[in-house]
Amino acid sequence: MTATTTGPTAAPRRRRTRPFAGRQGGQAVAGWLFVLPVLVILGLFMVAPIAMAVWVSVSDWAGRGSPFASTTHFVGGANYANLLTGGGLAQRDFATSLRNNVYYVILVVPIQTVIALLLAVLVNRRVLRAKGLFRTAFYFPSVTSSVAITVVFLFLFTASGAVNRVLSALSLDGPNWINDPRGILHLLLGAFGVSSPPDALRAAPFLGLSWWEWLSGPSVAMCVFIIMAIFTTSGTFMLLFIAALQNIEGEVDEAAMVDGANAWQRLRLITVPMLRPTIFTVVTLGLIGTWQVFDQIFTGTQGGPGKTTLTPAFLSYQTSFVNQRWGNGAAIAFILFAIIVVMTIIQRLVLTERDTVPRRKRFVRPGQQPTTAETAK
Amino acid sequence: MRHRPWAVGTVVLHVALAALALLYIYPFLISIATSFKTDAEAVANPLSLIPQTWSTAAYERLFVHSDFPLWFRNSVIVTLCVTAGRVLFNSLAGYALARLPFRGRGVVFAGIIAVMAVPGVVLLIPRFLVINTFGIYNTWAGIIVPLLVDAAGVFIMKNFFESIPPAVEEAARIDGAGTWRIFWSVVLPMARPALVTIVILSFQGSWNELTHFIVASQRADLVTLTKGVAQLSSGALSQGSQFPLNLGAAVIMTIPVAVLFFVFQKRIMNASAGAVKG
Repeated sequence: MTATTTGPTAAPRRRRTRPFAGRQGGQAVAGWLFVLPVLVILGLFMVAPIAMAVWVSVSDWAGRGSPFASTTHFVGGANYANLLTGGGLAQRDFATSLRNNVYYVILVVPIQTVIALLLAVLVNRRVLRAKGLFRTAFYFPSVTSSVAITVVFLFLFTASGAVNRVLSALSLDGPNWINDPRGILHLLLGAFGVSSPPDALRAAPFLGLSWWEWLSGPSVAMCVFIIMAIFTTSGTFMLLFIAALQNIEGEVDEAAMVDGANAWQRLRLITVPMLRPTIFTVVTLGLIGTWQVFDQIFTGTQGGPGKTTLTPAFLSYQTSFVNQRWGNGAAIAFILFAIIVVMTIIQRLVLTERDTVPRRKRFVRPGQQPTTAETAK
Repeated sequence: MRHRPWAVGTVVLHVALAALALLYIYPFLISIATSFKTDAEAVANPLSLIPQTWSTAAYERLFVHSDFPLWFRNSVIVTLCVTAGRVLFNSLAGYALARLPFRGRGVVFAGIIAVMAVPGVVLLIPRFLVINTFGIYNTWAGIIVPLLVDAAGVFIMKNFFESIPPAVEEAARIDGAGTWRIFWSVVLPMARPALVTIVILSFQGSWNELTHFIVASQRADLVTLTKGVAQLSSGALSQGSQFPLNLGAAVIMTIPVAVLFFVFQKRIMNASAGAVKG
């Protein structure tokens, strides 16, 4: 209120005496004041925590008192070694959680990307009526809470639940989904009469899990979470693809249509290559998201049955908060962090490579005039 | 044009998409229906959309014989505080980063972008450590303050303020307005579209938040909806045939975000597409 009354008279006078420095200086102070709340809160609750967790991950803090008290000791890489080479339960659980999450990522990321792309292409068709309605239907699951969706899916996938009713109507026998720890690759092999590991797969070369266990595939219970992830995220990514599709000019598509390309050829040869940046975004976001599954596991299975839905994120929580082994829990969090960073980098490298090579090939194809290639670029 | 008969392909497209849309919406319809069934019928007839005998027993149990109303109230408190905080702090910072020249602005912005890249789950334990150290574990402060700002929101606000022509502020400045006054009475009212986006995103985000609430407190009277329902669902209580109860809870916790979604549908869809793109 005071600024309102004194402003008009005081400010011009000051500006007249020090025309530039005064104004810029005032703005600089204001600038710092304006960003201060954000800086303080982000600093205290995003940056400082990480620094603190780094310390905890190399200490023997047991959860009582301050991690910086003299009762807490530096133990070096012991917490990490315990997970990676320890040979005990901690290592087995960590390896199991990694395996579970790897299958989750391998299945969710490609399927959700493809479904999101297909939904976007279909919803974007010019002949389609009631586009908004369809978009709403596909996107709605994404705005609701993961807890609510998990509760719904637990109901749909019970032994006598809706999904199994539909399956039995198709005369299929549904499993006891959420309680079934069997890996689907093991089940497949079982169908061919292979029910126990051949000797070659009994060795445990990596993180204390045998090849046979690594090659189990996602458990039936994990498949429920995989389906759920695709269900909840395909709508979000559909929106990204729609936004990108609307930026692509329709003329290229029409030109191809005139040239006699069918819908599938247009999708494969024109739309997908032009959407490459968005595909990159979607896959990266997918990778980052799928390595962080927590809410669903916490609400649904707490890692069971038979630890086959244990994920690193949930294991990190359980190790710290339930079992009070804070050093190990923090170490898991940092390994997970590293995995996410590495995955994103690898993905970036792979996609940029794929982005340049085929394009050059396509444009320098023999028999084509190089001039059109130049103008097309 | 309007009376041209539909091609076969167009009909197929519509039918296929309608079937898919039903598949996406059916889980929600079924959970509404089941929440009005009796426990026995929920198990016996999991697919039907119309209960044979309507029962509000699940809702009665939720509202009269459980802490559900308390959880709901807590979620409302958290969501309102977080949304108000984010609108104020994000727009302040966004404006400063877009318009106010101060030394270190580039560094501050780069830092905020870097924070945006930190995966949330990694912060699970770290957040608890800091909250515990400050002695705000098991308090409202511990639950609300860490959520009061978000890097993505600052980013959205900065982008918006950059799109406002500087002439507007110049005019206000010539009229003698100070920085705060220009921000508060000139620029902020112009930013309504961006502010609505922030409101939507923070409402949705804090209403649906779970991990932070798990690590920030364990007091029974500070439990929020997501945490309460998650415990209800994974707890021993719900084993067997408590589906109407659980689904009723899920339905009610979905209603506020659903209302928000249907009111701001267009904007939400654009915001999500735009926010991630940036």
